[in-house]
Order: sequence, then C-alpha cells, then structure tokens
Amino acid sequence: MTMVGGATGLDTRQQAWAAAASVPDPEVPCVTVADLGILRSVELVDGVAVARVTPTYSGCPAVLAIELAVEAALRDAGFEARVERVVSPAWTTDWITPEGREKLRDYGIAPPQQASSSIRSLFGEIEVACPRCGSAKTERLSEFGSTACKAHWRCLACREPFDYFKCI
Amino acid sequence: MGAAATIDRDTLLTLLLRLADDHLVLGHRLSEWCGHAPMLEEDLAMPNMALDLIGQARALYTYAADVEGKGRTEDDLAYLRLEREYLNCLLVERPNGDFAQTMLRQLYFAAFMEPFWKAAASSTDATVAGIAAKAVKEVAYHIRHAGEWVVRLGDGTEESRRRMEDAIEELAPYLDEIFEDDPVTVQASAAGIAPQPSSLRPAFDRIIGPIFAEAGLTFITPPYSQRGGRKGMHGEAMGFLLADLQHIQRTYPGATW
Repeated sequence: MTMVGGATGLDTRQQAWAAAASVPDPEVPCVTVADLGILRSVELVDGVAVARVTPTYSGCPAVLAIELAVEAALRDAGFEARVERVVSPAWTTDWITPEGREKLRDYGIAPPQQASSSIRSLFGEIEVACPRCGSAKTERLSEFGSTACKAHWRCLACREPFDYFKCI
Repeated sequence: MGAAATIDRDTLLTLLLRLADDHLVLGHRLSEWCGHAPMLEEDLAMPNMALDLIGQARALYTYAADVEGKGRTEDDLAYLRLEREYLNCLLVERPNGDFAQTMLRQLYFAAFMEPFWKAAASSTDATVAGIAAKAVKEVAYHIRHAGEWVVRLGDGTEESRRRMEDAIEELAPYLDEIFEDDPVTVQASAAGIAPQPSSLRPAFDRIIGPIFAEAGLTFITPPYSQRGGRKGMHGEAMGFLLADLQHIQRTYPGATW
C-alpha cells in the first residue's frame, strides 16, 4: 500500500473518505453509507482509492447500487476508484452510528435495538418507541416490512403506522 | 468441528454448491408465492424471506466460483447448470402445496440451518464465517415467523389443523436426508469449515419440539426416507422449478439487466 506522500497523503485519504462517506443509502436516503457503518474503509493503494463496503442484509437488493454509487462518488471527487465487497466480519445493526440512529428517527423510522448479539433483543419482548410521538405503546403488525431491513409497526397512542429498522 | 486438517478444492466446492443450491431453490419456491399469499403481510413476508435466502445463495455462489477458479460467475452457477448438477436436498424443492406445507417446510429448513450457521460462524474459513454470522440472525427470524404459523394452524380450526397434519405427513420422507453425513461433510468438519449435518439433529429437535407441543402436533416417523438430492438425483418437481428459474438465461444466453 502506497500513501500519496506523507501528510498530503493523509489529507487525500480523508478527502476520499469524505467523498465515499457522503453517499446516501438508496432505500433509506436519510442516512449515508457511513451512518449505517457499511463503509468499512477507504485506502489509497498505488494511487487508486479502494473503498471496502460490507452488505447489510444478505438479500439487500441495494448492495450493487450502493457499490456503484460509492465508486461514482470517488470518481466525481477526482479519484481512480475501486470498490471491494467484504463479508467478514458480518455487519450488524450495532454498527449504525448514533447520528445515523437519530437521522432514522427524524425520518420516521424507529432505529434498531442496541446489542443485536443478545438473543433477547432479537426476539425478546422488545420495546419500540414511536418515532413520531415517542410513545412506547406500540405493536408489531408484521415482522417483514417494505424492505428487507424493516418490520412494520403501529403506534397505539398516535395511531400512526411506522417502520422499525430490524435488529440483526 | 475440529481443526488442523485441510480440505481439497473439489470438496469445498461441493460443500458450497450444496449450501448455495439449498438456499437458491428454497428462495425460488418462496418467491412463487409473491402476489398469491393469503394476506398482504404474508405477501411481504415470504418474498422477504426469499430475499434473505437468495442473498445467502449469491454470497455462497460467488465464493464457490472463486474456489472453482474456472472463470464462472455466480450467475453461471445458478442459471446454467443442469438438473443433475444441482446438489440441493429434496426438502427444499418440494412444491409449495398449501400455505401450511410451505410454512412447515420453512420451519424445518430454518431449524436445520440455525444450528448449522451458528457452528459455521466460527468456521476456519473466514468467508464461510462471515456469511454464517449474518445468516444466523436472518434465519432466526424465519424460525420465529414460520414457527408462529405452525402453532396458529396446528392449534387453529379443524381445517387448518388437518392441513398442518397433512403437511407433516407429506414432508416426513424428506427430513432424514438433510442430516446425512458423507465424505464431503466429514472432510469439511475435520477441517473446521462446517459442522456434520448429523450433529445438528438435537438442536433441530430442541427448536421443533416446543413448537409442535404448543401447536398440539405430533412428529411422525416416516415410513421411508427419500434421498439423492446431494448426488443430483431429484424429484419430478425439480425440472419444472429449473425451467422457471433458468428460462431467461436459456432463451437469451448472456442476458443482463
């Protein structure tokens, strides 16, 4: 791996990161690939910006679109670019940043429970607060929602249906 | 799983293709329900589970193509192999039947894969471990979803219960095959890549047992066990499934989006 000249190299790498990190998720455009934690790294390898991206759900149809968008963003920022898909370690919803979780809530999607590795948050009686009114009086309508990553819930206080970003 | 021992390329390829084929074929079966499910939520749920399965299949085919090293792609492996080259177990190719049969088949497969992926998450093969770590969480949702339906139908009306009992009888001959060990699984297990299928039976029973108990259903011992899928010997339904799955690539070779 060759950095492009000392301190300047680091700056260049930061520019590349910033360009890739700004790409929005095509299905949940309120959050970026960096917010979701799926942009693992951006390195400069022999002058080429190499972005490593990890898929969210195995069957997420947006994976290819995201990879193409990251590559395009790097090219627009003036880099020769390549995107590599990494599957290990596997992404979990715990990698969504605190800012990302807030952006999801503002957008009307309840963010996932933390600590997805615990079986309780995967299956236990989880409490999902309504992203609109904040009430904890909510119920699950369907385990599977409009996209692979979401379940369909309803608020019993304000009566609004909402999406819940499932915990994996 | 042990460690230290190595696995030869052909054996690893066979292992990956069996897994990938299981997931693609079952994913395709679930996708057949799209637009035909008994209610809107199920019309979303079944294609969602299909997406998980097909996504897992894609990751496995991509890795299989790498391992094979002959320049084939995931698409070549999925769309351009013949029926006898498919190595999926017979359970996953069984026709959808009614909703009860589809949900029971899903529960059986998920209850087998959950302990499989759990063990494979610490595979000595980093790619398998990565695929497994994600899949184990996805399949947990499938168990819960299909399990809830098995309880609801088994403990439901006379009609729903009859259908669930018919499904148990219909699928019984195809269950033993998924737990079958052979030289491929022995070598994969010795190399620490994937668990022996037979070792997963107790975990499978621990998942199915409470669900059947709650549903008031009785597990039956099949009068005979049908095998052959792992060697490419499939039932009549498989050819029709592949015709549907592969017809675009076969009619317009090399077609892309």
